[in-house]
Amino acid sequence: MTKNADIVLRTEGLKKSFGSLQVTRDLDLALPAGARYALIGPNGAGKTTLINLITGEMRPDSGRILLEGQDVTRTGTAARVRRGLTRTFQINALFPDLTPLEAVTLAICEREGIAGQFWRSLTAHEQAISEGFEILRQLGLADVATKRTRHLAYGQQRLLEIALALATRPKVLLLDEPAAGVPKDESAMLFRVIEALPEHIAVLFIEHDMDIVFSFASRIIVLVAGAVLMEAEPAEVRDDPRVREVYLGSAHHG
Amino acid sequence: MNREATLTATQTTQAPGASLAWLRSRSRWSVFEIAFWLATLLTFYFFPSYLMLASQIAITALFAISVDLVLGYAGIITLGHAMFFGLGAYAAGLLSAKAGWGEPLTGLLFASALAGLVGFVASFLIVRVQHLALIMVTLGLGLLTYELANALSWLTGGTDGLRGIDTWPILGLFDFDLWGYTAYSYTLATLFLGFLISRRIVNSSFGLALRGVRENVRRMPAIGSAYRGHLRKIYTISAAIAGLSGALLAQTTNTVALEVLSFQRSADVVVMLILGGTGRLYGAILGAIIFLLVRDQLSGINPQYWYFGIGLLLMVVVLFMPRGILGGLARLAGRDQ
Amino acid sequence: MIGNIVIVLFDGFAFGMLLFVLSVGLSVTLGLMNFINLAHGAFGMLGGYVAVTAMRQLGLPFLLSLPLAFIAAALVSVLIERTLFRRLYRAGELNQVLFTIGLVFVSAAIATYLFGTGQQPIVLPGWLRGSVEIAGLRFGVYRIFLIVVSLAITALLVFGLERTRLGAQIRAAVDNQRVAAGLGLNVERVFAITFALGSGLAGLGGALAIEIVGLDPSFGFHFLVYVLIVVAVGGLGSITGSFAGAALLGIGDVAGKYFVPEIGSFLIYLLLVAILLARPLGLFGKR
Ligand SMILES: Nc1ncnc2c1ncn2[C@@H]1O[C@H](COP(=O)(O)OP(=O)(O)O)[C@@H](O)[C@H]1O
Ligand SMILES: [Mg+2]
Repeated sequence: MTKNADIVLRTEGLKKSFGSLQVTRDLDLALPAGARYALIGPNGAGKTTLINLITGEMRPDSGRILLEGQDVTRTGTAARVRRGLTRTFQINALFPDLTPLEAVTLAICEREGIAGQFWRSLTAHEQAISEGFEILRQLGLADVATKRTRHLAYGQQRLLEIALALATRPKVLLLDEPAAGVPKDESAMLFRVIEALPEHIAVLFIEHDMDIVFSFASRIIVLVAGAVLMEAEPAEVRDDPRVREVYLGSAHHG
Repeated sequence: MNREATLTATQTTQAPGASLAWLRSRSRWSVFEIAFWLATLLTFYFFPSYLMLASQIAITALFAISVDLVLGYAGIITLGHAMFFGLGAYAAGLLSAKAGWGEPLTGLLFASALAGLVGFVASFLIVRVQHLALIMVTLGLGLLTYELANALSWLTGGTDGLRGIDTWPILGLFDFDLWGYTAYSYTLATLFLGFLISRRIVNSSFGLALRGVRENVRRMPAIGSAYRGHLRKIYTISAAIAGLSGALLAQTTNTVALEVLSFQRSADVVVMLILGGTGRLYGAILGAIIFLLVRDQLSGINPQYWYFGIGLLLMVVVLFMPRGILGGLARLAGRDQ
Repeated sequence: MIGNIVIVLFDGFAFGMLLFVLSVGLSVTLGLMNFINLAHGAFGMLGGYVAVTAMRQLGLPFLLSLPLAFIAAALVSVLIERTLFRRLYRAGELNQVLFTIGLVFVSAAIATYLFGTGQQPIVLPGWLRGSVEIAGLRFGVYRIFLIVVSLAITALLVFGLERTRLGAQIRAAVDNQRVAAGLGLNVERVFAITFALGSGLAGLGGALAIEIVGLDPSFGFHFLVYVLIVVAVGGLGSITGSFAGAALLGIGDVAGKYFVPEIGSFLIYLLLVAILLARPLGLFGKR
């Protein structure tokens, strides 16, 4: 459907088991530039594991991961991030004692390769700092930029997750339940932030709220027991009886 | 976190320029700092008979700062840092005792470089392990160095200590005197230099990266950080500074005992740091001052009772004052938003 | 020469068995709660002093003093666990290390206050003294006793862990605490019991150790290093790992001190660091 050249992220035959439990079964995935894809599936379907595999936090048992056509299966996580493949975490993984400004600036310094400079004062990197502040401002975090992260409200911490990812200037952004634990009205706001992300970023997000999925995703991938059940436009997914059965009908959202 | 602090934070960060100003304010010299360093000079006039003790304190404070860099900022637990202190002490001592070169400044450089080099090599081992294995590797490396120095007694003097060190006058001008005027000036100047270097490091983007490692090492790769490189770097720098302080001890006392490499020294320095407060440099200095002053006052009693006090103190600090004395003071002063 | 090697192996194995009794408890509790208890050796010391006191003041026979050492260490440890250690389970490694080192210092000071810094020798019953001669080699009776006791304890532990309810609970909790708790297991209680048993074993080890290495206030720290090596090399939460690690360390230590006395300790530490770097989870560690 999409031209090969447009695909920024591709997985081929990805497999992963924990002991006897197969969590990822032969997974092929293609994410074109500018995608707004949703990855859905019941709890324990292997969604987080898939992201862990793509970003290199876990090694696949077999299969390949291609970023802009280049094999990154053996590349370390940090190197993948520097090549534009970034994620956020389902469970906040922030820096409790740093302020948002510091955390975002740190990510920018890492991106620019200046984080190792111990002989220059941090404040000498004015560009990095103002860029960091700008990212926080866009996400509505300007007011708390200099407050320690652990004192932030939960919803603000979720936004900071995204801010940290944006600071790496991703080409592919994998959002693992960005609205996990956020009340429904707030989560719609959060997704408007995601919708407003720069056009060229390919976004794959995991989300359980079907209203949100249907209004923000251009395409939906349904994962069940580690395998892709179907991949289609929202309307098609909505009407599919199998999806209704395994997912929409089931009570196990979470 | 009080309401007032929230308001200030809000006001200061409405513009990007303000956030830069806020970051600047965090690394600016405060009145307390300047007063503190001026006060170190008062020792010359008010406590001239304590100059030797004061120089011991300066040496230990520098050592504690080196540990603060890895433990307080980067969050790497080390129970074997005496390894680098002792290496520096033996390097400077042997340079004089065996090679006959007693010029102090080059001795310092030599010792620091050697400790830094060993630290660089060791850092490749350190970054490979975490948790209990990390604690055990640092402990093991420290014990190993101690046993090595003991086994090489033809070189180090073993349990008798290294003798025959002769430190020449500093810059050919200032001879080491019995009262410790030169010794204190020398150690204080070196401490200040080491402090300035450390201060610059912790206020740099690199220092920020170290705090990132401490706060959440698992997140670091996800923001594109090859953090192991950072850890190797700070470990090397820290070893060099520890070596510097060890060399100071050898040069100001003209002897090196096997004790410089002991576990006791590794443990003591961590105790001081925890007591003063980690991750703020001055905690290391304050901890060293208190620790050595109290030990000096209690030197008459059985050392076992001294350790009763230290042990109790450790337990109390961990349970009730997890951020050390300076951390507690900062909280009281509301500067800990 | 062959005879020497046999004797060194024998002595080393006996020493290793002593180390096993001293350290297996720490291995299991570490695997269970991830609590780094550097005061484990101090419970060994406590057992030692209890045994000495029981024999000297109460005139109890050696064999009776051993269970007393076990019980005393178990009781004191569970008291400390319930009141102090439990506050530190989530406090991070550094705080655990510092707090328990503090406890080692304090316990050493208390021992000094009560017993002085000197060694505390004990008089073994006649049947445990001397040695037996087999094929022209003399084997110390007490060391044979040590090996027998330790093997019996190992068998008991393995049996208990494999076959009893508590054992199954411990294994489940070591494997995956959250799942175990989810299945309705009272993890805290399991841990308190395990902690008591493990420290009790350390206390027993302390009493058994007097004849081999002596007893003074530095015992807690001195043996801490050995105990940690056993745990780190053997892997967490593994009885067989601790057994193998302890046997290796015991033999290595005795052999090193016998054949290359100048650098014996050096080699042990070198081996420790090398093993940890090659296998950070220990030779037998799984997690
Ligand atoms: N590190 C791991 N070790 C063992 N099992 C795991 C691990 N991570 C995930 N799993 C298991 O893999 C399955 C999929 O988990 P996950 O990817 O987190 O699902 P999802 O994100 O879709 O809810 C679950 O059964 C989970 O228990
Ligand atoms: Mg998930």
